[in-house]
Amino acid sequence: MNVETLSRIQFALTISFHFVFPPMTIGLGLVLVVLQTLRVRTGNPLYLDLARFWTRVFGLIFAIGVATGIPMEFQFGTNWASYARFVGDIFGSPLAIEGLYAFFMESGFLALLLFGWDRIGPRMHLFSTCMVALGAHFSAIWILVANSWMQTPAGYHLARMMKVTADGGQFPVATDLGAVPFELREIRLPPDYVVQPEDLGHVRAVVDNFREAILNPSTLDRLAHTVIGCWITGAFVVVAISAWWCLRGRHPEHARISLKIGVVLATVACVLQWIAADSTARGVARNQPTKLAAMEGLATTGPDASLGLVGWVSWRRDASGEITGIEERSLRIPGMLSVLVSGDFLHPLRARDTVVTGLQDLPSDALLRARHPGASDAEIARLRPRYWPNAPVLFQTYHLMIALGSVLTGQALLACLWWRTGRLWAVERPEVRWFLISLLAAPLMAQLALQAGWFTAEMGRQPWVVYEVLKTGDAVSPVVRAPQVLTSILLFLAIYAVLSILFVTLLLKKIREGPVPSGGGPPTGPLPLSHRSGRQTGI
Amino acid sequence: MDLNTIWFVLVGVLLTGYAVLDGFDLGTGPLLWCVPDDRDRRILLNAIGPIWNGNEVWLVTGGGALFAAFPNVYASVFSGFYDAFMLLLFALIFRAAAIEFRSQRPGRRWRRFWDAAFAVSSVTSALLIGVAVGNLVWGISLDATGNFDGGLIALLHPYALLVGLTTVALMVMHGNLYLILKTEGELQERLREWAQRTVPAYLACFLVLNVTTVLTCLHLREVLVQRMPYLSLLMAASILITLGIPRALRRGREGSAFLASCLSIVSLMLLFGATMYPNLVISRPDAANSLNIHNGAATAKSLNFMFYVALVGVPIVLAYTASIYYVFRGKVVLTEESY
Repeated sequence: MNVETLSRIQFALTISFHFVFPPMTIGLGLVLVVLQTLRVRTGNPLYLDLARFWTRVFGLIFAIGVATGIPMEFQFGTNWASYARFVGDIFGSPLAIEGLYAFFMESGFLALLLFGWDRIGPRMHLFSTCMVALGAHFSAIWILVANSWMQTPAGYHLARMMKVTADGGQFPVATDLGAVPFELREIRLPPDYVVQPEDLGHVRAVVDNFREAILNPSTLDRLAHTVIGCWITGAFVVVAISAWWCLRGRHPEHARISLKIGVVLATVACVLQWIAADSTARGVARNQPTKLAAMEGLATTGPDASLGLVGWVSWRRDASGEITGIEERSLRIPGMLSVLVSGDFLHPLRARDTVVTGLQDLPSDALLRARHPGASDAEIARLRPRYWPNAPVLFQTYHLMIALGSVLTGQALLACLWWRTGRLWAVERPEVRWFLISLLAAPLMAQLALQAGWFTAEMGRQPWVVYEVLKTGDAVSPVVRAPQVLTSILLFLAIYAVLSILFVTLLLKKIREGPVPSGGGPPTGPLPLSHRSGRQTGI
Repeated sequence: MDLNTIWFVLVGVLLTGYAVLDGFDLGTGPLLWCVPDDRDRRILLNAIGPIWNGNEVWLVTGGGALFAAFPNVYASVFSGFYDAFMLLLFALIFRAAAIEFRSQRPGRRWRRFWDAAFAVSSVTSALLIGVAVGNLVWGISLDATGNFDGGLIALLHPYALLVGLTTVALMVMHGNLYLILKTEGELQERLREWAQRTVPAYLACFLVLNVTTVLTCLHLREVLVQRMPYLSLLMAASILITLGIPRALRRGREGSAFLASCLSIVSLMLLFGATMYPNLVISRPDAANSLNIHNGAATAKSLNFMFYVALVGVPIVLAYTASIYYVFRGKVVLTEESY
């Protein structure tokens, strides 16, 4: 495998492993804020017990999240040096801002949250909890700003480094001007300029307007969609653990409170998610039509486009193995995609006339001609599929996300309904037991949905690292070799395997121990130090 | 001062913040290994318990700031030092895991294993950071596009290893003094005894490093001669501050001793910055390819925007970092939340 493929695998591996943890801390952070607020307002010790328990869970997740997050900050330099040079002027800023405005806040106040129980008052503790939750959200904001800029770049222009002589002559950097004095200057390139492989090293994206870059066309949609996804994940973690306590009849009072808080958050988030998801998908249709066409397995352009539900998309190849098109066999709702893309739900019949572009016309002829100057029509048609994202995979990840989202929404609504009718607490009834058991799988489904969504977003951007500006293949580090990347992948795999085993074991141990009632029960003060156990009793 | 210089200073401030703060918790690693008793080990670990995480953020933010302000330098250094940085990342991940997992089970072997992991990964991190700094001073063979095609072995030359060793010595000393501040009784006595060795060890490394730099880094000769007054002043200050540490300890002024150690890190970073400026990565043998604050930087617009971001953010960060250290002041007390 070449360095590009290996670097992509490494990035996908490290980011998906890291991405298991932040969503849980973002969602759990909100739950902690609710619990701490209730504790301050009511003084009920149950809330304190729960807050302590969920803080311990939070701390464990956060620690692994930080440990796995450190590589993310540096991989743009180690594996994607050409990318870093190309976009550094504009892409480095959100990362630095994330560090300055989110990480410090999160980790600083986390110290107070985890270790401050005896050192600061309840109000200060509530404040720290809010700051940690806010920090987690800020972190999500800046990462999604950076990532959305890669999806829909804005607020920049391309510029080429040139040697400019005193009389105004411009020469490429590589030109040897002899004794003629010159200065290096960046020359603005026309807006429709398409980067060629030989431009690397002397063409880069230069910021025009930070406001436009930060609030690029996809930022708000993707931010809402992802953050709500995180709330859902965190909420279902709480729901699942409380459901398990209910099933086993443990900590009944604590379990009820946790379950209620979790269910409320999950329901609100699930309902909001459908609105955010619709808006996001329409944004993709507008800004990244190739991605939408690949997600839906749409080959031809036209009105009355149908929406896929389940099925299969595969490549059609010619005799030499080159991709020529897609074959799609799936259960579809006729015209629904056109309606969704138009966003005009009041006039579905008119909305069905909305034209959705298919892969056969994407990316546009203009872009392909600019990237391949002088190519004939036949050559353009032959080159086009090389600019398609992996439609067979995208179709599946995208629809998996939707399916899982639907199941989760159903679970949340049913839980609300049964809670209102009182049936949810009748654990002895078989249908309630089965429902609670199904809730145990919910956090995994939420995680899977998030990962599937993230893969759809990121693979849908391919073969571009910055959509229709810089190809992923042009972004890798020129000096890094395949064996180096392969070695680091293997080491990452090994260390992540160890981390996940330990993480799951310890999380399950914490769940088994559950919240410790502060009145009576095991001691909550300083442990006798002769106990080697450290955390075994009391917590 | 132009924007590029301001950013040279700002990135320097972030990395100095990292060295001062994470310095003592990296130094805690090997010291932890030297105390056999589990309770004492817990005390040392909890001395850094609430803050090590925040300390590491200085590195992440420093990396982000380097990316934003000097993208070419970020790209060259991290891709050029690929293997070394991957090792550093594994060490840092492993270290975080060691702290987190150690306390979760009481078993003796379990704890021994994570203590060893913590000690080894702390030393490795400090060493690799030092080696990276050493290579920036020594110079690497950058080509015209700023790429370095080396490999791990090329990075591990004697000079870089000497800087690495000095970094380890510095952090062990720094950690030692921090722990004296956070402990009491017999454990503190032992740490005080160790300080009689860790401080001179660092001072010896520092002197050897400076002599070696002057004698072997011929490409720096011009700069060294030109900036002689400042550099010698800084060096004298650094030596005096470090010499003041044992004195402060004898008089029982633990706070001053630790502060002196912080200042000696700051003076070391100042020495490094004053020697390098305006270069960030020195190229050898072709000095014309060196990356400096101009050819390595982002545009003025970006630097300007980020300057205001930092102007607002840095005081806030300093304020709550200071208040969190204030909340956790005093000697370590083990509670149920402790590691």
